[in-house]
Amino acid sequence: MSEYDAALAIFMQETEELLAQMEYGLLGLEDNPGDSESINSVFRAMHTIKGTSGLFGFDDVVAFTHEVESVLDKVRRGERRIDAALISILLNCKDHAADLIKHSLETESAALPDALKATGADLIMQLAGTPAVSAKMAAASQPVDHEGQAEQAASASNHDNSGDNWLISLKFRQDALRNGIDPLSFISFLKKKGDIVAIQTLAPELPVGNQMDPESCYLHFNIIFHSELDKQAIADVFEFAEDDCDIRIIAPHSKVEHYLDLLQEQAGDDDNHVEKLGEMLINIGALTPNEVAAALQQQKQAWSQGSATAKPLGEILVEQQFTEQPVVAQALKKQQAAREKTIAEANYIRVDSAKLGQLINLVGELVISGAAMRLMVDRYGLSDVEEVAVGMNDLVSEIRDTALKLRMVAIGDTFSRFRRVVRDVSNDLHKQIELVITGGETELDKTVVEKINDPLTHLVRNALDHGIEPPEQRQASGKPAQGTVHLNAYHDSGHIVVQVADDGAGLDADKILAKAIASGLVTADQQLTKQEIFNLIFEAGLSTKEQLSNLSGRGVGMDVVRRNIEALRGSVSLDSIEGRGTTVTIHLPLTLAIIDGFMVETENERYIIPLGMIEECVEMNSSEWEIDTIQHYINLRGEVLPYLRLGDYFHNRSRHQGNEHRESLVVVRFGQAKVGLVVDQLHGEHQTVIKPLGKVFEQLQGISGATVLGNGNVALILDVQSLIQHAVKRKGPYAGAVTPH
Amino acid sequence: MTINVIDKDGIFHIAIQGEMTIYTAVEQKNKLFECLKPDYELCIDLSAVSEIDSAGLQLLLWLKQEAPRLNLIHHSRAVVEVLELLNLASHFGDPIVLSSHWKTS
Repeated sequence: MSEYDAALAIFMQETEELLAQMEYGLLGLEDNPGDSESINSVFRAMHTIKGTSGLFGFDDVVAFTHEVESVLDKVRRGERRIDAALISILLNCKDHAADLIKHSLETESAALPDALKATGADLIMQLAGTPAVSAKMAAASQPVDHEGQAEQAASASNHDNSGDNWLISLKFRQDALRNGIDPLSFISFLKKKGDIVAIQTLAPELPVGNQMDPESCYLHFNIIFHSELDKQAIADVFEFAEDDCDIRIIAPHSKVEHYLDLLQEQAGDDDNHVEKLGEMLINIGALTPNEVAAALQQQKQAWSQGSATAKPLGEILVEQQFTEQPVVAQALKKQQAAREKTIAEANYIRVDSAKLGQLINLVGELVISGAAMRLMVDRYGLSDVEEVAVGMNDLVSEIRDTALKLRMVAIGDTFSRFRRVVRDVSNDLHKQIELVITGGETELDKTVVEKINDPLTHLVRNALDHGIEPPEQRQASGKPAQGTVHLNAYHDSGHIVVQVADDGAGLDADKILAKAIASGLVTADQQLTKQEIFNLIFEAGLSTKEQLSNLSGRGVGMDVVRRNIEALRGSVSLDSIEGRGTTVTIHLPLTLAIIDGFMVETENERYIIPLGMIEECVEMNSSEWEIDTIQHYINLRGEVLPYLRLGDYFHNRSRHQGNEHRESLVVVRFGQAKVGLVVDQLHGEHQTVIKPLGKVFEQLQGISGATVLGNGNVALILDVQSLIQHAVKRKGPYAGAVTPH
Repeated sequence: MTINVIDKDGIFHIAIQGEMTIYTAVEQKNKLFECLKPDYELCIDLSAVSEIDSAGLQLLLWLKQEAPRLNLIHHSRAVVEVLELLNLASHFGDPIVLSSHWKTS
């Protein structure tokens, strides 16, 4: 792979992440429009994509993202309000950007197809079109209270460069120069603190002819200053000039009156200058031309009435300016915190996942040879080496855990992708659906995460499509109009459990059973629990709309879901209460590489049981537990527990030889089911590197893999799940009466 | 600080050398005031101005106000920086030639 290709690959991955981030941010904004962190992350995503696309010369992407970015910039600076409509447009923009990037990557340098061009132009128009409308609406609906907003919106439609623009008015007094104040130096200093967007230098009182005293100061400045400093910090710049200068600092987004007030004050100087200042304010977008015209009008009126009436208003507004201060400070703090968080987030190294896989393989080998060394030490009784070996063993297991953790990712990202799905589908179907996510921090192996995405999407879509009823129907059945889909994840006995739950209509067990009988999956005289009936929908035969009209689609592809999950050594089950909702539960192994195992021996054959699944080990003692050897039950402290002799199962031993040696019972649990496995000998914990079995053995029941022991022997890893199924099934016809809980 | 004035074809060609600051302002103002005559254009060579502050700037503003016509030529780097900072280049309306000898600021 050439360097360029490698860079492209990184670009692809990065943009994908950024777009996902953007979507996440946008959806967050939908719930909480004022969240500056989300706005920032959306903005950053567009900005970064624009930047990197520029590097690769993807001009179409740059052009489009630039438009989006500038709109986002306005939102970020608070000039444009973000509402549901804008979020929708932005979401479409995100999709379009993804399309553009895809296009650029696939057909480098080829011209943009017309369809993409049209979409892009359309989106840009939508982006540009809305602010005018919303501004009008804001102004119309709340003409008095929300002048600030109207002004912000108006400014947004006027000019790009406005934003946190402070208006600083400096009027140096005549003695300034004599007092050693050089106005220029203050302005140079101010320039270092931020960006001087515009500056107006005036000398309205400059005397004519020889009257001019070169040592007096006649200079006035109006400065539009862009900076994230707060008012105090800006005032500090002019601290030394305070005595020789009239300083007015007007905060960004001050009400129009503030600017007007300033205009009025300037009126004393010269009409011409007022108009100039007005022009400048229009230029930066603080005011609209109409407002300036109105101000000039007003000012003339004020003059004719005597300016006494105008003054108190000004004073009140100046007070308001001060009360606004803490708000700005708060906002700045928040911005700061967001920035720090970004820095923390950036503290990642991008690593090729193949390299990680290699590392994990090596660690696996290390675990095996560690075990081999351990064995040697034991065999030759090297007591002085013992200590070293134990220490190394601990280190190896730590390395193993750390290496595995490298591949662990929180499932939250996968979950949050569904927020978009839920949003879109609920809009399409005119349903009100809320997505609740819990346990997003639960970690599991990246390879598992990738593979679980499709089945999850399927389940969520099913819940949205067919689980949740339309609002009217929900209200009719006494439920809130808004439906809820709940995604949940948690760790349970070495597995991760993922649940997709909805509070919709639920499944009709009778109909499923009828259908299953009709399609020959079960016979009419079979006694099935509700649970078993529900799980029938995972069978391949029960899958099309026509077959189950009012559950339309519920069964579509459910068999595929089950197949996918079982391929990951997981399991899926479904529970439903009619009228109350449906819950689909997926059990998945945490990792596919190395596990903590528990080694047992039976018939001189060693087996590994995943340690996380083991509840306890007890002696198989007939005097203590009432053992039902016919139905294979024991009474474990009052609990009915089916058991399975591993020797019988794997060696096809028909008859147990009696209690000539001590046997042990290993109680394993998977989900709710518990089973006892009877073995000859316990060997204790063992770090197990899972080696897949060859193709020939894939169909073997009860074995999920193999591992190489320190002495070179092979131990089989038990598939506890299928063993439990086997043990429970074997309970026989009487089992229904005494179900273990 | 020196100011050379050459009268040529109804134009005063003035070359200001050294600083234009509060310390030299009075002297310069008096000198320049002499050149303010109706019908006389001023052409001021600023190439040798080593430093200019608010007082010096004020003098230029004042000249612009007083003189029937004022041309500023050969702005030195110090002058350009101030005019740029205060956005006054267009106020004076003179073409400014940036010398390639200046390091980019």
